[in-house]
Amino acid sequence: MISFLATTVFVFLIYLVLTTASGDLFLWSREELIIGAVFSIILGAITRNMFFKRNLRMLNPKRWFLFFVYVVGPFFWGMAKANIDVAYRVITGRINPGIVKISPKLKTDLGITMLANSITLTPGTLSVDIDEKTNDLYVHWINVKKEALEKMPRDYKYVCGKFPDWVRRVAE
Amino acid sequence: MALDIITYILIAIGCFFNILAVVGLLRFPDVYTRLHAGTKCTTFGSIFLILAVVIQSINVWVTEGIISSPQSVLTIHALIALVAILLTNPTSAHAMSRAAHRSGVKPAKAVTDDLEKEKT
Repeated sequence: MISFLATTVFVFLIYLVLTTASGDLFLWSREELIIGAVFSIILGAITRNMFFKRNLRMLNPKRWFLFFVYVVGPFFWGMAKANIDVAYRVITGRINPGIVKISPKLKTDLGITMLANSITLTPGTLSVDIDEKTNDLYVHWINVKKEALEKMPRDYKYVCGKFPDWVRRVAE
Repeated sequence: MALDIITYILIAIGCFFNILAVVGLLRFPDVYTRLHAGTKCTTFGSIFLILAVVIQSINVWVTEGIISSPQSVLTIHALIALVAILLTNPTSAHAMSRAAHRSGVKPAKAVTDDLEKEKT
């Protein structure tokens, strides 16, 4: 029941944001509000089990706050730094690529999805494949450092810094 | 006036990164490194272009003194587009690289290929 309500409210909020300023009843027109509510209830009934897999952990506002801090803080900084690095590599053509295996030891699907997307969005690293049993990631890395190749699986602090720790804090 | 200049600078940075993506597509040797250039420089460039849209609508609010609804709607839709890019871009890059590796494309000039070693 809670998952149905949360999904409905979430879908309805997205609908409201998409149709802002369509009328004069608090920025929305009455028709938009009614049809939005109908569609969100239908979608909430259909997709609640996809949206919340097993538990309601992500409803905790502390996790949303941590997620926001993670996105504007370390994630954006890492992205900016790495973009300049890739810009340098595009211009000079100095690349040293390879596929490395990292083992971030995350347990949930949401956590590993967040980490894979973060790794892909910070340039220089691109998650290629995943081992679904152990949640190990295979990452294509444009500039493989020598010290990272010493042990197997590779130490993730060379590949993506502190991202796995942040993702563990947010999603697990 | 100052906001206008900030808008131009942001557009210039965004276009610079998008041009870098094109150069990377032409220069890099194989599909993985090209995905690096083609997906991520465009994401970073789009962030700056959308920031330029936001700053420009703030500029309209400041100069005309009204929160005109076309500008606000444009800003909100641009921000939604940014969220959509940030969610779909890494997913598609992941799908393409995984498909490439499954169909046997080896990374060029690779120092190491752990995925290949694990599979054999």
